[in-house]
Amino acid sequence: MSDPLLSIRGLRAAYGDVQALDGVSLDIADNEFFALLGPSGCGKTTLLRTLAGFETPTEGTVTLAGEDLLALPPHRRPVNMMFQSYALFPHLSVERNVGYGPARAGAPRAQIAQRVAEVLETVGLSGVAGRRPHELSGGQRQRVALARAIVNRPRVLLLDEPLSALDKRVRSQMQLELKRLQHEVGIAFVMVTHDQEEALSMADRIAVLDGGRIQQIATPEQLYRWPENRFVAEFIGESNLFSAADFDVDGSYVVVRPESVRLVEGAGLLRATVLETQFVGGTTTLVAEPRGPVTVSRAPVLVRHGGFPAVERGAEVGLAWDASDMVVLR
Amino acid sequence: MAVKQRRVGWLGVPLAACLLFLYLPIVVLVVMSFNASRYALNYRGFSFHWYGVLFRDGELGRALLNSLVVALGATALATVLGTMLAVGLVRLARSTVLDAVAMSPAILPDLVLAIGLLATFAAIGVPLGLGTVLIAHAAFGTAFVVAVVRARLTQLDGSLEEASQDLGAGWLETFVRITLPSIAPAVAAGALLCFTLSIDEFVIAFFTDGPSTPTLPIQIYSRVRFGITPEINALATVLLAISAVTVVIVARAFRRTETDQ
Amino acid sequence: MTSAPATRSRGARLRQRALFLGPGLAFTAVFVVAPVALVMSYTLFRRGRFGGVVHEVSLDNFIRAFEPVYRGVLVDSVVVAGLATVFAVLLGYPAAYAIAAMPARWRNLCLVLVLVPFWTNFLIRTYAWIVLLSGQGVINDALVSLGLVQERLTLINTRGAVVVGLLYTYLPLMILPVYASVARLDGELREAAGDLGAGRVRTFTDVTLPLSLPGVVTGCIFVFVPSMGNFVIPELLGGGKALMVGNLVRDQFLVARNWPFGATLALVMIVVLFLLFALQSVVARRFAVGR
Repeated sequence: MSDPLLSIRGLRAAYGDVQALDGVSLDIADNEFFALLGPSGCGKTTLLRTLAGFETPTEGTVTLAGEDLLALPPHRRPVNMMFQSYALFPHLSVERNVGYGPARAGAPRAQIAQRVAEVLETVGLSGVAGRRPHELSGGQRQRVALARAIVNRPRVLLLDEPLSALDKRVRSQMQLELKRLQHEVGIAFVMVTHDQEEALSMADRIAVLDGGRIQQIATPEQLYRWPENRFVAEFIGESNLFSAADFDVDGSYVVVRPESVRLVEGAGLLRATVLETQFVGGTTTLVAEPRGPVTVSRAPVLVRHGGFPAVERGAEVGLAWDASDMVVLR
Repeated sequence: MAVKQRRVGWLGVPLAACLLFLYLPIVVLVVMSFNASRYALNYRGFSFHWYGVLFRDGELGRALLNSLVVALGATALATVLGTMLAVGLVRLARSTVLDAVAMSPAILPDLVLAIGLLATFAAIGVPLGLGTVLIAHAAFGTAFVVAVVRARLTQLDGSLEEASQDLGAGWLETFVRITLPSIAPAVAAGALLCFTLSIDEFVIAFFTDGPSTPTLPIQIYSRVRFGITPEINALATVLLAISAVTVVIVARAFRRTETDQ
Repeated sequence: MTSAPATRSRGARLRQRALFLGPGLAFTAVFVVAPVALVMSYTLFRRGRFGGVVHEVSLDNFIRAFEPVYRGVLVDSVVVAGLATVFAVLLGYPAAYAIAAMPARWRNLCLVLVLVPFWTNFLIRTYAWIVLLSGQGVINDALVSLGLVQERLTLINTRGAVVVGLLYTYLPLMILPVYASVARLDGELREAAGDLGAGRVRTFTDVTLPLSLPGVVTGCIFVFVPSMGNFVIPELLGGGKALMVGNLVRDQFLVARNWPFGATLALVMIVVLFLLFALQSVVARRFAVGR
């Protein structure tokens, strides 16, 4: 990447015996929606908090627009965070919450009022300025937290599991809202999530982490179609993972996505017995027990296609796929 | 719910016995305070006589003043020290050793604290008086302020302070603008607790006070050593009334802050 | 490579810690920890001719502390404090249980009622018993006027009066922890016992009692410890007849002016309390409920 906004190199951090970050390096561009994705304990939150200034790494550098970010204490970094619990100050009104950052920076009162009004309108919350946090709904509180972070015009906005506290209905709305907002304000967003669907639908690029290490950094499509290792293949979407040797391919594993598997006449690449058929939302998913090469995790093979199920439970079928749909993992 | 409700049954007897036991002496005192005669046997009719004696009692009045001065001073000192200590222990340095030191006055028997302080003041060469009692009560009260503020602080969301820093406030500004307002009710409760403990405290004051400036409990002690003194009955009733009123006010205040949350 | 910010923020953190922890800890160290250490060190020294402390190390004080006279007082103290504690359990446990069994509104009222006497000045509460128990006191007056006795009873200046006084003063401190312990019990445990065939008494002895034991033990400590160190109640209600360790310590410090020996007696008292604490934690661990 030419001229990244945020440059992280060789970050290491430990909690007692546990190595939370084990040599993490990545670049983030300006105006990019970037996601840190992984299971709990993978280090993504530690990484986010290190950027905010609440964790200190034992090794490594972080540069923001050419300046050493780690040299600054949290209250002087041009970075703002939206906390998972929102962390709205309960004794201050919405207006004073959102105006907190500008007030600390010494902006004149009239200017603060104006900026607060503008940003509240941007997040769709004009009219609640006088209320206290406990008088607002969950969704409103989240918008206030967002407004409070954005009003300071940080170079980077950090979001810690922003949608986890919302109920399902509100969540999909907010996913679109956040995307729109990011485009509107033009700031780089760095979001931590454990939900891969969320990351895939919202982010421009995703870093998948596990065990304190980066497993792969790519766009959602690249992660889905061309996973680079077993962890990513199994974590992102659903996959059928086989030993490469079973199919005469040079490498460790091969991955085939359920949509790429077809039912064929005869033996195909693999014979299987259908265990279950599911028909949901116009799509059929077949769960089949393979005879012959088994999946690495011993899980059944998944087949997906549009339309109604063509076979019944118990049927013997032949499965095949194009070589180009098969991804080889080293 | 924990215990089967509605079936108090025969257990009501021990409970009633307890309450009777706890209140009988007090009720006797209150009744006797309005008795014109010194002894219960001669009930000479309802009278405020002993209250009159009480309010004209200069010695008791001076002792009360001494107690108030000590209580206010000790509370101010203990509240400041205790609050900062509580914040330090919860947010900055988790250490069982420091915890133990901070809470030590509450764990040690007060007699031991009392003789220790007496020995210390003598060793330093400080003359005993209201000042030494004030210091002693402040040392003792700090532990209680720490306990109360701590309990509240551990309930608070730590990310509030992080958010404040994230938005540009340094740690001192964060403490003043965000932490203090959030723990204000607990600080007030701790201060009230410390004040009450100081006003009532006898043992430590007894050992660390000078002979010419007795606190109220010390004065009461020297009076009752000689047996029944009816104006003490009146004093008891007055103090009881004050405690009862304070408890009601505090209970109402807490109910209001709870509905605010 | 350790980045500079680690050291800079470490410096700031140190200043923060010093500011918040420093004053409180220093104050406590100087006026609580040091005094106790100082006075305990006196146990090794001797009383000077005119009441000061002569710094010659000797164990005389310890030998003297175990002479029959003092041993007797120590034993008396344990007995009297122990009796007060036992009665506190007998009276307080059922009362606490009853409160826990009440509907919420009554429960809070009862708790407040239990606390209000506790808010009254301790000396005045003790004085109330003088009024009740003395020769010209209320109880004797009542008994005489009702013709139940010919001569006035000696109720005050007895060991019994001291036990009653201690019980009265510290009973609320037994009721509250027992209540907290009983109230926290999972009602389903008792229902399970009933479901498995245990009658009401069995359920109590097998389930409720063992699980509420930690609260009882806490209550016992809250009653026993201050009772042991008390000198006001033995003096006011016991006259010279029921001296306890607290009285001895007070006399040595303020009358006899033998601070080293007084400190030694206090130390013996602390050791006894410490042994009982140790016993308590063994018992507590035995009946511990994993949480």
